[in-house]
Amino acid sequence: MSVLVYTESENGSFKKTAFEVASYAKAVADQMGTTVTAVAINANDTSELGKYGVDKVLNISNDAFKNFNAKTYAAAIAQAAKKEEAKVVVVSQTADSKYLAPILAVSLEAGYASNVMEAPTSTSPFTVKRTAFTNKAFNVTTIDTEVKVVGVSNNSFGLVETSGSASSEDFSPSLPESGVSVESVDKATDKVTIADAEIVVSAGRGMKGPENWGMIEELADVLGAATACSKPVSDLGWRPHSEHVGQTGKPVASNLYIAIGISGAIQHLAGINASKVKVVINTDPEAPFFKAADYGVVGDAFEVVPQLIEKIKAFKAANA
Amino acid sequence: MKILVCISHVPDTTSKINFTDGDTKFDTNGVQFVINPNDEFGLTRAMWFKEKQGASVTVVNVGGAETEPTLRKALAIGADNAVRVNTEAKDGFQVAKELANVVKDGGYDLVIAGRESIDYNGGMVPGMLAELVGANFVTNCINLEIDGTNAKAVREIDGGKETVSTSLPLVIGGQKGLVEESDLRIPNMRGIMMARQKPLNVVEPVGAAVETASVKFEKPAPKGAVTLVSPDNLDELVSLLHNEAKVI
Ligand SMILES: Cc1cc2nc3c(=O)[nH]c(=O)nc-3n(C[C@H](O)[C@H](O)[C@H](O)COP(=O)(O)OP(=O)(O)OC[C@H]3O[C@@H](n4cnc5c(N)ncnc54)[C@H](O)[C@@H]3O)c2cc1C
Ligand SMILES: Nc1ncnc2c1ncn2[C@@H]1O[C@H](COP(=O)(O)O)[C@@H](O)[C@H]1O
Repeated sequence: MSVLVYTESENGSFKKTAFEVASYAKAVADQMGTTVTAVAINANDTSELGKYGVDKVLNISNDAFKNFNAKTYAAAIAQAAKKEEAKVVVVSQTADSKYLAPILAVSLEAGYASNVMEAPTSTSPFTVKRTAFTNKAFNVTTIDTEVKVVGVSNNSFGLVETSGSASSEDFSPSLPESGVSVESVDKATDKVTIADAEIVVSAGRGMKGPENWGMIEELADVLGAATACSKPVSDLGWRPHSEHVGQTGKPVASNLYIAIGISGAIQHLAGINASKVKVVINTDPEAPFFKAADYGVVGDAFEVVPQLIEKIKAFKAANA
Repeated sequence: MKILVCISHVPDTTSKINFTDGDTKFDTNGVQFVINPNDEFGLTRAMWFKEKQGASVTVVNVGGAETEPTLRKALAIGADNAVRVNTEAKDGFQVAKELANVVKDGGYDLVIAGRESIDYNGGMVPGMLAELVGANFVTNCINLEIDGTNAKAVREIDGGKETVSTSLPLVIGGQKGLVEESDLRIPNMRGIMMARQKPLNVVEPVGAAVETASVKFEKPAPKGAVTLVSPDNLDELVSLLHNEAKVI
């Protein structure tokens, strides 16, 4: 009967979102008077999950799961849910979890709510608040099936530490035919990626040309942030397409989003509005981004950014 | 090859979002509806298969009669025929079940849907549909090539891209990259005239149960004004981000 949560890991370590969805699952379990079981796949140390309210970990360690595959991962989680007779299954909204969740929902005959922002306001009927219309509104939704799948938006619920500890049990699900196999991966491994980043430093056409991205990368570096860009910047080939954020690009739900030389067109804002705190640096005080931002600097990026890098370095040194 | 392109009918992004009936219904007053942008890329890729490799292209929508102009636009762009499942789309699972029925009936080899729709941003329908019909599934798809029953797809992943091999029957969740923006087609007069003659079949729903229900909508609390910091006083910005916003 416990609440099941899929805690995602990469290269053996849990992602931050794993602790966030574990915290969420704990909140749901408390409301329902039950416990939390996590499914972990090829994670090195599952005891960490206890700190975020997990009581038991079903630990899968199997080389067949080395590469992410939506179908096999969904099958493993579905089998765990059945074994635990879970009525609620919680997943994150990373690209991988978004890929597997619809498959999981079908195999559990479960209603699925994606992009959920808050703990359920009621568990009977099971009522959650999700974003809709590219973050311009929220939709309060009930999930009316016996088993429910909840996709929790990144950085929405936050981490909640408890004093518990998690027991661990080996779990060996049977594997379906995967149907899709990875031939090659082209990915920068030494950089923070947009989906995982707590801070995103993003720049637009105001940067004038690709040769000026050194300071953007340096600012991202001192902040431990990922770099992103507006659509014209990737269309012009100044930056790779994987950095394009917005309605037609990647969604961003970071804690801090710094927009440099980006006007703040509605299609850009649509993809980044879920970020908590927004800072804009722009020469034009009339740029629409100032209406969407929390903090703003009206100024020339070529002067402001180098100074900001120095100030943050000094701040980091003082607080180290 | 028989291709089915799933089209969701969505408010244009620049639309003002308002609600009526005590915030329980989306207010369509003055709203311009368009083909979901991700689906437009998919439709154009389907036209490429039709022209280069030989394929029939059917477009489908689950929705009321008000979505027909959107389907006609897809016909004007070049699809051969259209199907409308005559029921209000209420949730991802219900739409996927209705679409699964269309896929089984029509014996489609390739289903091109969008990564997500820009109204409810569910990202649910394509994956559910694939699982319901037992097809392979690739989402965030930015390139697709078909050779016989083999398929090679490129998908965007966090921080880069990956190339996968799979086979028909296949469902994809597509996005920009399937074709470039400059390849998108605007219906011309001839296309619009021809679209009037093309079949748009209205089929009755299987009546799939709705598993999630919308209770009401809420708008985000109005945002406070931006706090401006002088470019000569960036220490203050750092201090605000640390002490007030607590993000660094
Ligand atoms: C269907 C559709 C989908 C779209 N999807 C997306 C999307 O997903 N993502 C996206 O980003 N866009 C998207 N767009 C495009 C969007 O409408 C804007 O055109 C785009 O976001 C503008 O990019 P920008 O802000 O970098 O450039 P611009 O609009 O050219 O703005 C540049 C800004 O830089 C400022 N600036 C200039 N010099 C400096 C300086 N020295 N220092 C500081 N600031 C300076 C200027 O004041 C200006 O505000 C979409 C458009 C359509 C029609
Ligand atoms: N009512 C619908 N009719 C036909 N296709 C749909 C419908 N709703 C969603 N789709 C397809 O599923 C994709 C993802 O939609 P969603 O799951 O709603 O984010 C869309 O881009 C469409 O291709």
